[in-house]
Amino acid sequence: MDKTATRDVYGKILMELAGKDRDVVAMDCDLGRSTRSFNITEVDPQRFIEMGIAEQDMISTASGMASMGKIVFVNSFAVFITGRAFDQIRQQVSLPNANVKICGSSAGLTQGPDGATHQSVLDVSLMRSLPNMTVIVPADGNQTEKAVLAAYNIKGPIYLRLSRYQTGNFLSEDLKFEVGKAQIIREGEKVVLVSYGSVLKNVVDASDILAETGVSVGVVNFHTIKPVDRGVIEELAGNYKLVISIEEHSIYGGLGSVVAEVMAENGETEQHSRLVRIGIKDTFGESGTADELLRKYGLDAEGIAERVGQLCEEA
Amino acid sequence: MKTGDLEQKSWQVRLKLVEMFSHGKAHHFGGSLSCAEILTCIYFHAMNYSRENMDEPGRDRFIMSKGHSVPSQYVILSMLGIIPEDELRTIKRLGTRLQGHPDMRKTPGIEACTGSLGQGLSFANGVALAGRMDSLKFKVYVLAGDGEMQEGQVWEAAMTASHYKLNNICVVVDRNRYQSQGEVDGMMGIEPLQKKWESFGWRAVKVDGHNIPEVCKALDIMDTGNDKPLAIIADTVKGKGVSLFENTYKGHNAVLSEEQYVQAKKEIGEKLR
Repeated sequence: MDKTATRDVYGKILMELAGKDRDVVAMDCDLGRSTRSFNITEVDPQRFIEMGIAEQDMISTASGMASMGKIVFVNSFAVFITGRAFDQIRQQVSLPNANVKICGSSAGLTQGPDGATHQSVLDVSLMRSLPNMTVIVPADGNQTEKAVLAAYNIKGPIYLRLSRYQTGNFLSEDLKFEVGKAQIIREGEKVVLVSYGSVLKNVVDASDILAETGVSVGVVNFHTIKPVDRGVIEELAGNYKLVISIEEHSIYGGLGSVVAEVMAENGETEQHSRLVRIGIKDTFGESGTADELLRKYGLDAEGIAERVGQLCEEA
Repeated sequence: MKTGDLEQKSWQVRLKLVEMFSHGKAHHFGGSLSCAEILTCIYFHAMNYSRENMDEPGRDRFIMSKGHSVPSQYVILSMLGIIPEDELRTIKRLGTRLQGHPDMRKTPGIEACTGSLGQGLSFANGVALAGRMDSLKFKVYVLAGDGEMQEGQVWEAAMTASHYKLNNICVVVDRNRYQSQGEVDGMMGIEPLQKKWESFGWRAVKVDGHNIPEVCKALDIMDTGNDKPLAIIADTVKGKGVSLFENTYKGHNAVLSEEQYVQAKKEIGEKLR
Protein backbone atom coordinates (compact mmCIF):
# COMPACT_ATOMS: atom_id res chain seq x y z
CA MET A 1 0.00 0.00 0.00
CA ASP A 2 1.15 3.50 -0.82
CA LYS A 3 1.79 5.15 2.54
CA THR A 4 2.13 8.70 1.32
CA ALA A 5 0.48 11.45 3.34
CA THR A 6 -0.16 14.93 2.00
CA ARG A 7 2.59 16.33 4.24
CA ASP A 8 5.14 14.10 2.49
CA VAL A 9 4.33 15.41 -0.96
CA TYR A 10 4.25 18.94 0.41
CA GLY A 11 7.84 18.60 1.61
CA LYS A 12 8.95 17.22 -1.72
CA ILE A 13 7.34 19.96 -3.79
CA LEU A 14 8.55 22.67 -1.41
CA MET A 15 12.08 21.41 -1.99
CA GLU A 16 11.60 21.42 -5.76
CA LEU A 17 10.24 24.96 -5.70
CA ALA A 18 13.17 26.11 -3.59
CA GLY A 19 15.51 24.60 -6.18
CA LYS A 20 13.91 26.67 -8.90
CA ASP A 21 13.23 29.94 -7.09
CA ARG A 22 15.73 31.59 -4.77
CA ASP A 23 12.98 33.61 -3.09
CA VAL A 24 11.26 30.52 -1.65
CA VAL A 25 11.90 30.32 2.10
CA ALA A 26 10.60 27.94 4.79
CA MET A 27 10.18 28.67 8.49
CA ASP A 28 9.23 26.28 11.24
CA CYS A 29 8.68 26.13 14.99
CA ASP A 30 10.59 23.04 16.09
CA LEU A 31 8.54 20.68 13.93
CA GLY A 32 10.41 20.84 10.63
CA ARG A 33 11.04 17.11 10.39
CA SER A 34 7.40 16.34 11.05
CA THR A 35 5.92 19.02 8.78
CA ARG A 36 8.55 18.11 6.14
CA SER A 37 9.53 21.77 5.75
CA PHE A 38 13.06 20.71 6.75
CA ASN A 39 13.36 19.08 3.31
CA ILE A 40 14.23 22.51 1.95
CA THR A 41 17.64 22.26 3.63
CA GLU A 42 18.63 19.67 1.01
CA VAL A 43 18.50 22.50 -1.51
CA ASP A 44 19.76 25.35 0.66
CA PRO A 45 20.17 25.23 4.47
CA GLN A 46 20.14 29.04 4.55
CA ARG A 47 16.54 29.09 3.41
CA PHE A 48 15.23 27.09 6.32
CA ILE A 49 14.72 29.41 9.26
CA GLU A 50 14.21 27.74 12.60
CA MET A 51 12.12 30.02 14.81
CA GLY A 52 12.07 27.96 17.97
CA ILE A 53 8.75 27.30 19.66
CA ALA A 54 7.30 30.71 18.90
CA GLU A 55 4.49 30.67 16.35
CA GLN A 56 3.49 34.30 16.84
CA ASP A 57 7.02 35.51 16.21
CA MET A 58 7.26 33.24 13.18
CA ILE A 59 4.17 34.67 11.48
CA SER A 60 5.18 38.30 11.97
CA THR A 61 8.74 37.55 10.87
CA ALA A 62 7.36 35.83 7.78
CA SER A 63 5.34 38.93 6.99
CA GLY A 64 8.51 41.02 7.18
CA MET A 65 10.27 38.63 4.83
CA ALA A 66 7.32 38.70 2.43
CA SER A 67 7.52 42.50 2.37
CA MET A 68 11.04 42.00 0.96
CA GLY A 69 9.79 39.82 -1.89
CA LYS A 70 10.27 36.43 -0.31
CA ILE A 71 7.70 33.67 -0.82
CA VAL A 72 7.47 32.35 2.69
CA PHE A 73 6.12 28.93 3.62
CA VAL A 74 5.49 28.91 7.39
CA ASN A 75 4.99 25.59 9.10
CA SER A 76 3.77 24.04 12.31
CA PHE A 77 0.97 21.79 13.41
CA ALA A 78 -2.31 23.23 12.14
CA VAL A 79 -3.61 23.67 15.67
CA PHE A 80 -0.74 25.92 16.75
CA ILE A 81 -0.13 27.91 13.60
CA THR A 82 -3.77 28.95 13.20
CA GLY A 83 -4.75 29.19 16.85
CA ARG A 84 -1.72 30.50 18.66
CA ALA A 85 -0.84 32.99 15.97
CA PHE A 86 -4.30 34.04 14.81
CA ASP A 87 -3.85 37.71 15.61
CA GLN A 88 -0.50 37.86 13.83
CA ILE A 89 -2.06 36.20 10.78
CA ARG A 90 -4.94 38.68 10.94
CA GLN A 91 -2.86 41.84 11.29
CA GLN A 92 0.33 41.02 9.42
CA VAL A 93 -0.67 38.46 6.78
CA SER A 94 -4.34 38.85 5.98
CA LEU A 95 -4.61 42.66 6.30
CA PRO A 96 -1.54 43.50 4.17
CA ASN A 97 -2.27 40.62 1.75
CA ALA A 98 1.22 39.30 2.45
CA ASN A 99 2.67 36.55 0.27
CA VAL A 100 2.82 34.05 3.13
CA LYS A 101 1.78 30.41 2.81
CA ILE A 102 0.47 29.14 6.12
CA CYS A 103 0.99 25.40 6.10
CA GLY A 104 -0.95 23.70 8.88
CA SER A 105 0.37 20.18 9.26
CA SER A 106 -1.02 17.11 11.05
CA ALA A 107 -4.48 18.63 10.85
CA GLY A 108 -7.61 16.97 12.15
CA LEU A 109 -8.27 14.01 14.41
CA THR A 110 -5.73 11.95 12.48
CA GLN A 111 -2.99 13.83 14.30
CA GLY A 112 -3.73 10.89 16.59
CA PRO A 113 -2.28 9.90 19.95
CA ASP A 114 -1.31 13.40 21.13
CA GLY A 115 -4.96 14.05 21.82
CA ALA A 116 -7.26 17.05 21.96
CA THR A 117 -4.57 19.68 22.55
CA HIS A 118 -2.84 18.80 19.31
CA GLN A 119 -5.78 17.97 17.06
CA SER A 120 -6.84 20.83 14.86
CA VAL A 121 -10.58 20.72 14.23
CA LEU A 122 -11.27 24.48 14.07
CA ASP A 123 -8.53 25.71 11.73
CA VAL A 124 -10.56 25.86 8.53
CA SER A 125 -13.20 27.90 10.31
CA LEU A 126 -10.60 30.36 11.61
CA MET A 127 -8.74 30.76 8.35
CA ARG A 128 -11.74 31.14 6.11
CA SER A 129 -12.98 34.08 8.18
CA LEU A 130 -9.94 36.13 7.11
CA PRO A 131 -10.13 38.56 4.16
CA ASN A 132 -7.60 37.89 1.35
CA MET A 133 -7.07 34.31 2.57
CA THR A 134 -7.38 31.36 0.19
CA VAL A 135 -8.02 28.05 1.94
CA ILE A 136 -6.88 24.87 0.19
CA VAL A 137 -7.04 21.32 1.53
CA PRO A 138 -5.58 18.70 -0.82
CA ALA A 139 -6.95 15.19 -0.50
CA ASP A 140 -4.06 13.03 -1.65
CA GLY A 141 -0.47 13.13 -2.82
CA ASN A 142 -1.11 14.02 -6.44
CA GLN A 143 -3.47 16.76 -5.42
CA THR A 144 -0.99 18.11 -2.89
CA GLU A 145 1.57 18.60 -5.63
CA LYS A 146 -0.91 20.69 -7.60
CA ALA A 147 -2.07 22.54 -4.49
CA VAL A 148 1.44 23.53 -3.41
CA LEU A 149 2.26 24.75 -6.91
CA ALA A 150 -0.99 26.74 -6.94
CA ALA A 151 -0.18 28.23 -3.54
CA TYR A 152 3.24 29.25 -4.84
CA ASN A 153 1.75 30.86 -7.92
CA ILE A 154 -0.94 32.87 -6.11
CA LYS A 155 0.53 36.12 -4.83
CA GLY A 156 -1.09 36.43 -1.45
CA PRO A 157 -1.92 34.52 1.72
CA ILE A 158 -2.82 30.85 1.51
CA TYR A 159 -3.87 28.45 4.22
CA LEU A 160 -2.76 24.99 3.16
CA ARG A 161 -4.18 22.27 5.41
CA LEU A 162 -2.03 19.16 5.43
CA SER A 163 -2.31 15.77 7.00
CA ARG A 164 -0.17 12.97 8.30
CA TYR A 165 -2.87 10.40 7.50
CA GLN A 166 -1.47 7.94 5.00
CA THR A 167 -4.03 7.78 2.24
CA GLY A 168 -1.66 7.26 -0.67
CA ASN A 169 -2.90 8.46 -4.05
CA PHE A 170 -6.55 7.54 -4.46
CA LEU A 171 -7.72 10.19 -6.89
CA SER A 172 -7.06 9.97 -10.61
CA GLU A 173 -3.88 11.79 -11.53
CA ASP A 174 -5.72 13.28 -14.51
CA LEU A 175 -8.35 14.98 -12.35
CA LYS A 176 -8.14 18.66 -13.22
CA PHE A 177 -7.15 20.83 -10.27
CA GLU A 178 -8.08 24.47 -10.27
CA VAL A 179 -8.23 26.65 -7.17
CA GLY A 180 -11.85 27.52 -6.44
CA LYS A 181 -13.29 24.73 -8.60
CA ALA A 182 -14.87 21.69 -7.00
CA GLN A 183 -14.19 18.27 -8.48
CA ILE A 184 -17.02 15.89 -9.28
CA ILE A 185 -15.56 12.51 -8.30
CA ARG A 186 -18.71 10.56 -9.12
CA GLU A 187 -22.39 11.19 -9.81
CA GLY A 188 -25.16 9.66 -7.73
CA GLU A 189 -28.92 9.36 -7.65
CA LYS A 190 -30.58 11.21 -4.80
CA VAL A 191 -27.73 11.84 -2.39
CA VAL A 192 -24.38 13.57 -2.80
CA LEU A 193 -21.46 13.59 -0.36
CA VAL A 194 -19.27 16.69 -0.27
CA SER A 195 -15.92 16.54 1.45
CA TYR A 196 -12.24 17.54 1.30
CA GLY A 197 -8.83 16.53 2.59
CA SER A 198 -7.60 13.10 3.57
CA VAL A 199 -10.98 11.97 4.90
CA LEU A 200 -12.23 12.13 1.30
CA LYS A 201 -10.55 8.72 0.93
CA ASN A 202 -13.02 7.29 3.43
CA VAL A 203 -15.89 9.08 1.74
CA VAL A 204 -14.97 7.53 -1.61
CA ASP A 205 -14.60 4.12 0.04
CA ALA A 206 -17.97 4.59 1.75
CA SER A 207 -19.60 5.30 -1.59
CA ASP A 208 -18.09 2.03 -2.88
CA ILE A 209 -19.57 0.14 0.07
CA LEU A 210 -22.97 1.72 -0.60
CA ALA A 211 -22.70 0.94 -4.33
CA GLU A 212 -22.31 -2.75 -3.44
CA THR A 213 -25.69 -2.57 -1.72
CA GLY A 214 -27.21 -0.88 -4.72
CA VAL A 215 -27.16 2.67 -3.35
CA SER A 216 -25.61 5.20 -5.69
CA VAL A 217 -24.32 8.39 -4.03
CA GLY A 218 -22.42 11.23 -5.65
CA VAL A 219 -19.06 12.42 -4.31
CA VAL A 220 -17.67 15.93 -4.77
CA ASN A 221 -14.30 17.22 -3.60
CA PHE A 222 -14.16 20.81 -2.38
CA HIS A 223 -10.37 21.08 -2.11
CA THR A 224 -10.79 24.85 -2.05
CA ILE A 225 -12.88 25.94 0.90
CA LYS A 226 -12.33 29.59 0.07
CA PRO A 227 -13.17 30.90 -2.44
CA VAL A 228 -15.72 28.13 -2.58
CA ASP A 229 -17.27 26.92 -5.81
CA ARG A 230 -20.74 28.36 -5.25
CA GLY A 231 -21.91 27.28 -8.67
CA VAL A 232 -21.35 23.61 -7.94
CA ILE A 233 -23.07 23.88 -4.55
CA GLU A 234 -26.07 25.50 -6.23
CA GLU A 235 -26.11 22.73 -8.86
CA LEU A 236 -25.93 20.02 -6.22
CA ALA A 237 -28.70 21.68 -4.25
CA GLY A 238 -30.82 21.65 -7.39
CA ASN A 239 -30.01 18.12 -8.53
CA TYR A 240 -29.97 16.09 -5.33
CA LYS A 241 -32.50 15.55 -2.59
CA LEU A 242 -29.86 15.42 0.09
CA VAL A 243 -26.42 17.03 0.37
CA ILE A 244 -24.22 15.54 3.09
CA SER A 245 -21.04 17.34 4.10
CA ILE A 246 -18.37 15.14 5.65
CA GLU A 247 -15.29 16.65 7.18
CA GLU A 248 -12.49 16.00 9.64
CA HIS A 249 -13.30 19.32 11.24
CA SER A 250 -15.94 20.90 13.41
CA ILE A 251 -19.34 21.12 11.78
CA TYR A 252 -19.18 24.78 12.81
CA GLY A 253 -17.40 26.94 10.29
CA GLY A 254 -16.07 24.25 7.97
CA LEU A 255 -17.39 22.97 4.65
CA GLY A 256 -20.77 22.08 6.16
CA SER A 257 -21.24 25.70 7.17
CA VAL A 258 -20.05 26.95 3.79
CA VAL A 259 -22.58 24.75 2.01
CA ALA A 260 -25.31 25.83 4.43
CA GLU A 261 -24.55 29.49 3.76
CA VAL A 262 -24.68 29.05 0.00
CA MET A 263 -27.84 26.93 0.11
CA ALA A 264 -29.56 29.39 2.42
CA GLU A 265 -28.77 32.28 0.10
CA ASN A 266 -29.64 30.28 -2.99
CA GLY A 267 -33.21 31.51 -3.22
CA GLU A 268 -33.52 31.92 -6.97
CA THR A 269 -32.71 28.46 -8.23
CA GLU A 270 -35.09 25.62 -7.80
CA GLN A 271 -33.75 23.89 -4.76
CA HIS A 272 -35.37 20.97 -3.12
CA SER A 273 -32.52 19.46 -1.20
CA ARG A 274 -31.68 19.56 2.43
CA LEU A 275 -28.29 19.43 4.12
CA VAL A 276 -26.84 17.13 6.76
CA ARG A 277 -23.47 17.93 8.28
CA ILE A 278 -21.19 15.13 9.42
CA GLY A 279 -18.04 16.09 11.28
CA ILE A 280 -16.81 16.93 14.76
CA LYS A 281 -19.89 17.97 16.71
CA ASP A 282 -18.88 20.86 18.92
CA THR A 283 -16.44 18.74 20.85
CA PHE A 284 -12.74 17.96 21.11
CA GLY A 285 -10.89 14.88 20.01
CA GLU A 286 -8.87 12.61 22.30
CA SER A 287 -5.93 10.23 22.23
CA GLY A 288 -6.03 7.18 19.99
CA THR A 289 -4.69 6.02 16.67
CA ALA A 290 -5.91 7.86 13.60
CA ASP A 291 -8.05 4.92 12.53
CA GLU A 292 -9.51 4.39 16.00
CA LEU A 293 -10.46 8.05 16.20
CA LEU A 294 -11.99 8.13 12.75
CA ARG A 295 -14.05 5.09 13.71
CA LYS A 296 -15.17 6.56 17.02
CA TYR A 297 -16.17 9.87 15.45
CA GLY A 298 -17.96 8.19 12.56
CA LEU A 299 -15.52 9.27 9.89
CA ASP A 300 -14.19 5.86 8.81
CA ALA A 301 -15.51 4.36 5.57
CA GLU A 302 -17.82 1.92 7.34
CA GLY A 303 -19.16 4.55 9.71
CA ILE A 304 -19.82 6.99 6.90
CA ALA A 305 -21.46 4.26 4.81
CA GLU A 306 -23.71 3.27 7.68
CA ARG A 307 -24.83 6.82 8.46
CA VAL A 308 -25.27 7.77 4.81
CA GLY A 309 -27.15 4.52 4.19
CA GLN A 310 -29.64 5.45 6.90
CA LEU A 311 -30.02 8.96 5.52
CA CYS A 312 -30.52 7.57 2.01
CA GLU A 313 -33.41 5.47 3.26
CA GLU A 314 -35.02 8.57 4.72
CA ALA A 315 -34.33 10.66 1.61
CA MET B 1 21.68 68.06 10.91
CA LYS B 2 22.95 70.09 13.88
CA THR B 3 21.66 69.50 17.41
CA GLY B 4 19.84 72.82 17.54
CA ASP B 5 18.14 72.13 14.22
CA LEU B 6 17.04 68.67 15.35
CA GLU B 7 15.65 70.16 18.54
CA GLN B 8 13.66 72.70 16.56
CA LYS B 9 12.51 69.96 14.21
CA SER B 10 11.17 67.86 17.07
CA TRP B 11 9.14 70.82 18.36
CA GLN B 12 7.85 71.41 14.84
CA VAL B 13 6.73 67.77 14.85
CA ARG B 14 4.81 68.46 18.06
CA LEU B 15 3.21 71.60 16.66
CA LYS B 16 2.12 69.92 13.43
CA LEU B 17 0.91 66.93 15.43
CA VAL B 18 -1.34 69.07 17.62
CA GLU B 19 -2.58 70.98 14.57
CA MET B 20 -3.35 67.68 12.84
CA PHE B 21 -5.25 66.42 15.88
CA SER B 22 -7.00 69.78 16.37
CA HIS B 23 -9.74 69.95 19.00
CA GLY B 24 -12.93 68.07 19.72
CA LYS B 25 -11.68 64.66 18.60
CA ALA B 26 -9.97 61.87 20.49
CA HIS B 27 -6.39 61.16 19.47
CA HIS B 28 -3.34 59.40 20.84
CA PHE B 29 -1.62 62.50 22.19
CA GLY B 30 0.52 61.07 24.98
CA GLY B 31 2.63 58.54 23.11
CA SER B 32 2.81 60.61 19.94
CA LEU B 33 4.18 63.61 21.83
CA SER B 34 6.67 61.61 23.91
CA CYS B 35 8.51 60.18 20.88
CA ALA B 36 9.04 63.40 18.89
CA GLU B 37 12.80 63.66 19.55
CA ILE B 38 13.31 59.91 19.05
CA LEU B 39 11.62 59.96 15.64
CA THR B 40 13.38 63.14 14.62
CA CYS B 41 16.78 61.66 15.47
CA ILE B 42 16.00 58.36 13.73
CA TYR B 43 14.75 59.95 10.51
CA PHE B 44 16.92 63.06 10.27
CA HIS B 45 20.14 61.87 11.93
CA ALA B 46 20.40 58.09 11.64
CA MET B 47 18.45 56.81 8.66
CA ASN B 48 19.40 56.61 5.02
CA TYR B 49 15.88 57.46 3.89
CA SER B 50 14.29 60.06 1.67
CA ARG B 51 11.50 60.56 -0.80
CA GLU B 52 14.02 59.75 -3.53
CA ASN B 53 15.22 56.42 -2.13
CA MET B 54 12.08 55.25 -0.30
CA ASP B 55 11.51 52.41 -2.77
CA GLU B 56 15.15 51.32 -3.01
CA PRO B 57 15.79 47.83 -1.58
CA GLY B 58 18.89 49.11 0.21
CA ARG B 59 17.16 51.93 2.12
CA ASP B 60 17.00 51.97 5.89
CA ARG B 61 13.60 51.20 7.35
CA PHE B 62 11.52 52.35 10.29
CA ILE B 63 8.80 50.19 11.85
CA MET B 64 6.33 51.83 14.25
CA SER B 65 5.63 48.91 16.55
CA LYS B 66 3.64 51.08 18.97
CA GLY B 67 1.21 51.72 16.17
CA HIS B 68 -0.95 54.21 18.05
CA SER B 69 1.89 56.74 17.82
CA VAL B 70 1.86 56.68 14.02
CA PRO B 71 0.54 60.28 13.84
CA SER B 72 4.04 61.52 14.66
CA GLN B 73 5.38 59.38 11.84
CA TYR B 74 2.80 60.89 9.47
CA VAL B 75 4.11 64.35 10.41
CA ILE B 76 7.70 63.27 9.72
CA LEU B 77 6.66 61.72 6.39
CA SER B 78 5.04 65.02 5.44
CA MET B 79 8.27 66.83 6.35
CA LEU B 80 10.07 64.46 4.01
CA GLY B 81 7.64 65.34 1.22
CA ILE B 82 6.23 61.81 1.14
CA ILE B 83 2.77 62.81 2.39
CA PRO B 84 1.37 66.22 1.37
CA GLU B 85 1.14 68.40 4.47
CA ASP B 86 -2.49 69.32 3.86
CA GLU B 87 -3.38 65.63 3.88
CA LEU B 88 -2.47 65.40 7.57
CA ARG B 89 -5.81 66.83 8.68
CA THR B 90 -7.59 63.84 7.04
CA ILE B 91 -6.24 61.51 9.75
CA LYS B 92 -8.76 58.82 10.77
CA ARG B 93 -11.48 60.24 8.49
CA LEU B 94 -13.39 57.82 6.29
CA GLY B 95 -11.49 57.20 3.07
CA THR B 96 -8.17 58.64 4.28
CA ARG B 97 -4.76 57.13 3.61
CA LEU B 98 -3.84 58.11 7.17
CA GLN B 99 -5.42 55.32 9.19
CA GLY B 100 -5.69 55.34 12.97
CA HIS B 101 -2.97 52.70 13.07
CA PRO B 102 -0.24 51.98 10.48
CA ASP B 103 -1.40 50.31 7.28
CA MET B 104 1.36 49.50 4.81
CA ARG B 105 -1.12 49.08 1.97
CA LYS B 106 -2.57 52.54 2.28
CA THR B 107 0.15 54.95 3.31
CA PRO B 108 3.41 55.64 1.49
CA GLY B 109 6.34 55.33 3.88
CA ILE B 110 4.58 52.89 6.22
CA GLU B 111 6.44 49.58 6.15
CA ALA B 112 4.24 47.31 8.29
CA CYS B 113 0.74 46.83 9.65
CA THR B 114 0.87 47.31 13.41
CA GLY B 115 -1.48 48.42 16.15
CA SER B 116 -2.15 45.12 17.83
CA LEU B 117 0.96 45.44 19.95
CA GLY B 118 4.13 43.39 20.14
CA GLN B 119 4.52 42.51 16.46
CA GLY B 120 6.82 45.20 15.06
CA LEU B 121 10.15 43.73 16.10
CA SER B 122 9.28 40.31 14.68
CA PHE B 123 8.38 41.97 11.39
CA ALA B 124 11.64 43.92 11.44
CA ASN B 125 13.58 40.70 12.04
CA GLY B 126 11.97 39.26 8.93
CA VAL B 127 12.99 42.30 6.91
CA ALA B 128 16.55 41.98 8.21
CA LEU B 129 16.75 38.22 7.57
CA ALA B 130 15.50 38.67 4.00
CA GLY B 131 17.93 41.55 3.46
CA ARG B 132 20.79 39.35 4.62
CA MET B 133 19.76 36.64 2.14
CA ASP B 134 19.88 39.23 -0.63
CA SER B 135 23.22 40.69 0.59
CA LEU B 136 21.61 44.08 1.19
CA LYS B 137 23.13 46.42 3.74
CA PHE B 138 20.56 48.47 5.60
CA LYS B 139 19.38 49.17 9.12
CA VAL B 140 15.95 48.62 10.60
CA TYR B 141 14.74 50.88 13.39
CA VAL B 142 11.82 49.89 15.56
CA LEU B 143 9.98 52.11 18.00
CA ALA B 144 8.22 50.21 20.76
CA GLY B 145 6.22 51.39 23.74
CA ASP B 146 7.11 50.63 27.32
CA GLY B 147 3.63 49.21 27.93
CA GLU B 148 4.23 47.10 24.84
CA MET B 149 7.03 45.32 26.71
CA GLN B 150 4.22 43.42 28.44
CA GLU B 151 3.47 41.55 25.20
CA GLY B 152 5.18 38.16 25.19
CA GLN B 153 5.92 38.27 21.49
CA VAL B 154 8.38 41.13 22.07
CA TRP B 155 10.61 38.71 23.93
CA GLU B 156 10.22 35.96 21.34
CA ALA B 157 11.42 38.50 18.78
CA ALA B 158 14.22 39.66 21.08
CA MET B 159 15.48 36.06 21.16
CA THR B 160 15.25 35.77 17.39
CA ALA B 161 17.21 38.96 16.74
CA SER B 162 20.05 37.96 19.03
CA HIS B 163 20.03 34.31 17.93
CA TYR B 164 20.45 35.35 14.30
CA LYS B 165 22.87 38.16 15.22
CA LEU B 166 20.77 40.81 13.53
CA ASN B 167 23.13 43.65 14.35
CA ASN B 168 21.38 45.95 11.89
CA ILE B 169 18.31 46.06 14.13
CA CYS B 170 17.76 48.85 16.63
CA VAL B 171 14.82 48.94 19.01
CA VAL B 172 14.04 52.17 20.81
CA VAL B 173 11.71 51.79 23.77
CA ASP B 174 9.74 54.97 24.42
CA ARG B 175 9.86 54.71 28.21
CA ASN B 176 7.16 57.29 28.95
CA ARG B 177 5.93 55.35 31.99
CA TYR B 178 2.21 55.45 31.20
CA GLN B 179 -0.01 53.13 29.24
CA SER B 180 -3.66 53.41 28.31
CA GLN B 181 -5.20 52.93 31.74
CA GLY B 182 -2.48 53.82 34.19
CA GLU B 183 1.18 53.80 35.20
CA VAL B 184 3.13 51.02 33.46
CA ASP B 185 4.91 49.78 36.55
CA GLY B 186 1.68 49.79 38.52
CA MET B 187 -0.27 47.93 35.83
CA MET B 188 2.36 45.25 35.12
CA GLY B 189 5.95 45.94 36.04
CA ILE B 190 8.55 45.70 33.26
CA GLU B 191 11.78 46.48 35.13
CA PRO B 192 14.67 45.88 35.09
CA LEU B 193 14.25 46.74 31.44
CA GLN B 194 17.85 47.36 30.44
CA LYS B 195 18.94 44.12 32.10
CA LYS B 196 16.13 42.26 30.38
CA TRP B 197 17.35 43.32 26.95
CA GLU B 198 20.96 42.59 27.89
CA SER B 199 20.04 39.16 29.17
CA PHE B 200 18.34 38.46 25.84
CA GLY B 201 21.68 39.02 24.12
CA TRP B 202 21.34 42.66 23.14
CA ARG B 203 23.47 45.71 23.67
CA ALA B 204 21.28 47.99 25.73
CA VAL B 205 21.74 51.64 26.66
CA LYS B 206 19.61 54.10 28.55
CA VAL B 207 19.21 57.70 27.46
CA ASP B 208 17.15 60.80 28.10
CA GLY B 209 14.75 60.48 25.19
CA HIS B 210 14.29 64.24 24.92
CA ASN B 211 18.03 64.96 24.80
CA ILE B 212 18.98 65.11 21.13
CA PRO B 213 22.76 64.57 21.52
CA GLU B 214 22.16 61.59 23.83
CA VAL B 215 19.67 59.96 21.47
CA CYS B 216 21.90 60.54 18.42
CA LYS B 217 24.93 59.18 20.24
CA ALA B 218 23.01 56.05 21.19
CA LEU B 219 21.79 55.53 17.63
CA ASP B 220 25.40 55.89 16.42
CA ILE B 221 26.33 52.77 18.42
CA MET B 222 24.89 50.87 15.44
CA ASP B 223 28.03 51.82 13.50
CA THR B 224 30.51 50.61 16.08
CA GLY B 225 30.79 47.03 14.88
CA ASN B 226 29.28 44.34 17.07
CA ASP B 227 27.22 41.29 16.28
CA LYS B 228 24.47 42.16 18.75
CA PRO B 229 21.27 44.09 18.02
CA LEU B 230 20.85 47.37 19.86
CA ALA B 231 18.16 48.38 22.35
CA ILE B 232 17.86 52.01 23.42
CA ILE B 233 15.70 52.66 26.43
CA ALA B 234 14.68 56.25 26.06
CA ASP B 235 13.28 57.86 29.19
CA THR B 236 10.59 60.27 28.09
CA VAL B 237 7.67 62.27 29.42
CA LYS B 238 4.28 61.08 28.25
CA GLY B 239 2.49 63.95 26.55
CA LYS B 240 5.69 66.03 26.40
CA GLY B 241 5.05 69.64 25.38
CA VAL B 242 1.36 69.81 26.23
CA SER B 243 1.27 70.38 30.00
CA LEU B 244 -2.29 69.09 30.32
CA PHE B 245 -1.19 65.66 29.12
CA GLU B 246 2.27 65.45 30.68
CA ASN B 247 3.01 62.57 33.03
CA THR B 248 -0.47 61.11 33.06
CA TYR B 249 -2.23 58.24 31.36
CA LYS B 250 -5.16 60.56 30.75
CA GLY B 251 -3.62 61.95 27.58
CA HIS B 252 -3.02 58.53 26.05
CA ASN B 253 -6.15 58.80 23.92
CA ALA B 254 -7.80 62.12 24.70
CA VAL B 255 -9.66 65.17 23.40
CA LEU B 256 -8.58 68.81 23.54
CA SER B 257 -11.23 71.48 23.96
CA GLU B 258 -10.84 74.51 21.71
CA GLU B 259 -9.43 76.51 24.59
CA GLN B 260 -7.00 73.73 25.51
CA TYR B 261 -5.98 73.48 21.87
CA VAL B 262 -5.03 77.15 21.75
CA GLN B 263 -3.11 76.75 25.01
CA ALA B 264 -1.28 73.62 23.72
CA LYS B 265 -0.18 75.41 20.56
CA LYS B 266 1.00 78.36 22.63
CA GLU B 267 3.10 76.13 24.90
CA ILE B 268 4.74 74.40 21.95
CA GLY B 269 5.16 77.68 20.08
CA GLU B 270 7.24 79.05 22.94
CA LYS B 271 9.84 76.36 22.22
CA LEU B 272 10.11 77.35 18.58
CA ARG B 273 12.48 80.03 17.37
